Amino acid sequence: MPIELKNVNYYYNRGTSMEVHVLKDVNLKLDRGEFIGVIGHTGSGKSTLIQHFNGLLRPTDGQVLYDGEDIFGEGYDRRALRGHVGLVFQYPEHQLFETDVFTDVCFGPRNQGLGEEQIKERAEASLRLVGLGEEFYKRSPFELSGGQKRRAAIAGVLAMEPDYLVLDEPTAGLDPGGRDEIFHVLQTLREERGIAVILVSHSMEDVASYVHRIIVVNEGKIAFDDVPREVFRHYRELEKMGLSAPQVTYIAQALRERGLDVDPLVTTVPEARDSILKALEERKHGC
Amino acid sequence: MLRDVTLGQYYPVESPLHRLDPRMKLSATMLYIVSLFIANNPACYLLATAALLLAIRISRVPVRHFLKGLRPIFMLLLISMLFNLFLTGGEPVLVHWAIFTITWPGVRQAIYMAVRLILLIMGSALMTYTTTPTSLTDGMEKGLRFLKAFHVPVHEIAMMMSIALRFIPILADEADKIQKAQMARGANFEEGSIVQRAKAMVPLLVPLFISAFRRATDLATAMEARCYHGGAGRTKMHPLHYQSGDRIAYLLLFAYLAFVILLRVIL
Ligand SMILES: Nc1ncnc2c1ncn2[C@@H]1O[C@H](COP(=O)(O)OP(=O)(O)O)[C@@H](O)[C@H]1O
Ligand SMILES: [Mg+2]
Repeated sequence: MPIELKNVNYYYNRGTSMEVHVLKDVNLKLDRGEFIGVIGHTGSGKSTLIQHFNGLLRPTDGQVLYDGEDIFGEGYDRRALRGHVGLVFQYPEHQLFETDVFTDVCFGPRNQGLGEEQIKERAEASLRLVGLGEEFYKRSPFELSGGQKRRAAIAGVLAMEPDYLVLDEPTAGLDPGGRDEIFHVLQTLREERGIAVILVSHSMEDVASYVHRIIVVNEGKIAFDDVPREVFRHYRELEKMGLSAPQVTYIAQALRERGLDVDPLVTTVPEARDSILKALEERKHGC
Repeated sequence: MLRDVTLGQYYPVESPLHRLDPRMKLSATMLYIVSLFIANNPACYLLATAALLLAIRISRVPVRHFLKGLRPIFMLLLISMLFNLFLTGGEPVLVHWAIFTITWPGVRQAIYMAVRLILLIMGSALMTYTTTPTSLTDGMEKGLRFLKAFHVPVHEIAMMMSIALRFIPILADEADKIQKAQMARGANFEEGSIVQRAKAMVPLLVPLFISAFRRATDLATAMEARCYHGGAGRTKMHPLHYQSGDRIAYLLLFAYLAFVILLRVIL
């Protein structure tokens, strides 16, 4: 029951002097329950790519399938699709418009045509998930802090109970505290709801420790699509794309060059710790 | 989509028209509009259309782009045509039915009106397509400097205009983004009765206004931080100078005007 992109090409301003070929022959398959990171340099086409997942952009060429059905086929209900594939734009707090947080979160489920009871339930549940308690319900969205605003906006998409949650640079412009809050929310989300999360970022550091699969976008093409370990194996090529492996990977490489037998492909700090301790232990026994 | 506001936006290609001095293009646009009101017979309008098409050709902006820019004014065009068609009196009467009367002068007036409006919009669009907002403002400021003697705040007006022009694409972009974000939350902008559609605009307009105000404050702060204090004593990085191309363009412009007047007088 996946989202599938087949030979997708996308041009902005086709046929004018401002024409840009942004996506080039993209083929992808995203399954339920996955935790995926989409990584690429600024301008590589990440935001354009994800707007194809819920039919906000129509491929200039190629097909997007949801559960095997062409979402631009005759009579396909794309509004219903947007309830299944929730998309949180960059700076989602800019879309808040209601007089209070609770009503704003109700906007999505109300558009889905649910009953008043169900709308309330969903809004409450998603606000709880993002860690905004009842004391926030009647506050104006515009008096919240940056991180709180963003979580309210994410709740607005979550309230539609999507099977996929796609987030475009969800931590951009937040302070470290706000970033941790967002990642905490995503972690809880995975554990409590088990929905697929697709996280767009231009920073490896952000996604490496969370995701199970990394899709690297470079100049509109899929450069790598694999588990983090395998992707970071190509860290030299990543650097050419303006990306880099997580810092611990570099540390592990450096340690190896100095003769400590650590796993050169660790991607998270705990992994690195275990690997270094093990290597030190072995060295002690060795001599 | 909302990004398709092509009216008033610079179209970046290389062409002789793009290189002309903005003052030249401003006067040409103004005089062209004047010529449309001098015109009063088919020959004049034919000449005006031909001149514009030639200029468009030289500008290398696709005609399709102009037609897209005309779309938003289509309703206005239709209404003004209908008014002219039904409310112009005179002889001979062509159709008479109930309270409606269509006369030959009415038909002629309606057609002239439509042609005039279309040429007027396309002519002004040609100027904005071929001139960046910055150089347009520079041109206005320098061209209208003499008004300072009458205490007209020329610099301030020019600055306001350039900011307004600069904000059109930014806000169109922003509107597009917000619209998509709300569509991702299931908003429906395309269907429903007029009342429903008007209501559907609220989730778009509120964030758009907020963003416009935020941008305006940011811009004001940024200008203050760079010690902006109006036009007094401010120098230009690229002062405007007429080139030989501008002289040729002025010559062609006056020749065109003379022809229009001639056609009006002799026909
Ligand atoms: N609305 C648009 N109109 C024209 N070009 C665009 C638009 N949005 C993005 N682009 C261009 O498409 C390319 C990819 O942009 P985007 O998908 O936003 O990249 P990313 O999200 O990876 O930074 C960039 O070169 C950008 O300038
Ligand atoms: Mg982006």
